[in-house]
Amino acid sequence: MVTRGFFSGRKPPTDTDARIPPGQYLEQGFPVLSAGPTPRVRTDDWSFTLKHGPRPIKKWSWAEFNALPMSKMTRDIHCVTAWTKFDTAWQGVLVDDILADAGIEPPTAFTLALSYDGYTTNVPTKDLTAGKAMVALLYEGKPITADHGGPARLLVPHLYFWKSAKWVNGLQFTERDEPGFWELRGYHIYGDPWREQRYTGDP
Amino acid sequence: MSEAAATQSPWQTVTITRIEKRTPRVTSFFLQPSRPFTYRAGQHVDVRLTAPDGYQARRSYSIASAPDAGETIELAIERLDDGEVSPFFHEVAAVGDEVELRGPLGGHFVWSDSDGGPLLLVGGGSGVVPLMAMIRHRAARKSLVPVALVFSVRIWDEVIFRDELIGLNDRQDGFDLVLTLTREPARRPQDYARRVDVHMMVQTMMRLPEPPGLAFVCGSNAFVSSAAQALIDAGVPAGLIRTERYGV
Repeated sequence: MVTRGFFSGRKPPTDTDARIPPGQYLEQGFPVLSAGPTPRVRTDDWSFTLKHGPRPIKKWSWAEFNALPMSKMTRDIHCVTAWTKFDTAWQGVLVDDILADAGIEPPTAFTLALSYDGYTTNVPTKDLTAGKAMVALLYEGKPITADHGGPARLLVPHLYFWKSAKWVNGLQFTERDEPGFWELRGYHIYGDPWREQRYTGDP
Repeated sequence: MSEAAATQSPWQTVTITRIEKRTPRVTSFFLQPSRPFTYRAGQHVDVRLTAPDGYQARRSYSIASAPDAGETIELAIERLDDGEVSPFFHEVAAVGDEVELRGPLGGHFVWSDSDGGPLLLVGGGSGVVPLMAMIRHRAARKSLVPVALVFSVRIWDEVIFRDELIGLNDRQDGFDLVLTLTREPARRPQDYARRVDVHMMVQTMMRLPEPPGLAFVCGSNAFVSSAAQALIDAGVPAGLIRTERYGV
């Protein structure tokens, strides 16, 4: 349906158009969204736990986690509120390297990311491995601010950004695909921006 | 979910039936849905505009009307000078125009009278909109849940829904309005003339008969960050505070 009197003033140039998923627009800033107050987590108190169901597999302190192999990822990110930001530069520990340090292969096909504020989000395990995702510690070379999820946030850039859990403190392997915080509140169980899987009921 | 629901587009056409200027920068648009639309106070919708060449722009807007108010949905839209959708609404949209709408959306920043309280609501500028839906819902249900609203704006003339809020406050049925003006002197005895801070939160909580069971904070990111921190410093457990940020 064409809207009377609305014209495409913001249509991106064709060379960038291919990088913008359907229904998204290009944002230069970095908006902040979250469901509650921003937790202030000191790195002295920070830890990260890998779990299989309720059972801890391995736990790292901030220093131990920072001693893991560091990788860089520069990716476009897509927020379900319709902004897309190009070329965000992150540095952190690939989920592959976390698993390697724990000495395990992924035990189940599904994972729940856990955060300090009680936030959770579910991601199929195969979307976290093979270099697809990391626990990011730096954004554009600097520690991630609390607003943006620091000290550490999950980065799963090929899915809508609510999957990239802020203030992450663990990954839990689950037997089934367990909906997380927003997935229980109307958001899509998988969240592929290129298939525009924003809300429950999207294909 | 039925087959029909699964194949039906989540978007529906809505018709603008009324336009009402609220403040110099905020105008309410009343939308008539083309198919049944039920929602909860605090939820938002996505609005989509389509250009002749197929280009689409979409933005999220909170619903200002109460679910009890009938079929018409009220969106109170602030004009953002560098915006893409809000200038369309403010400069082009007229009664009778159609736009596309999806929703309701969001299952966290919501309140029903059955959720109880007391409620502490903190809104900055157009962040008052989803809080207004809660306040109107409470009034429509004749609920006696104690509610305090701290509403921060720059000046008196930017107090969205001012007459209605003052009218609800004057009923003295448990709804308390506290305005804080950041660029003008306070006008009423309970009002302030500064940014939201911990002392304001403590004093507002003393207006409630008991500590809040839930707090809702909505506004710009900077506003929500400082207001949520003020609530925490005032002793409200973080787990009781729900936030909604207008990032862009």
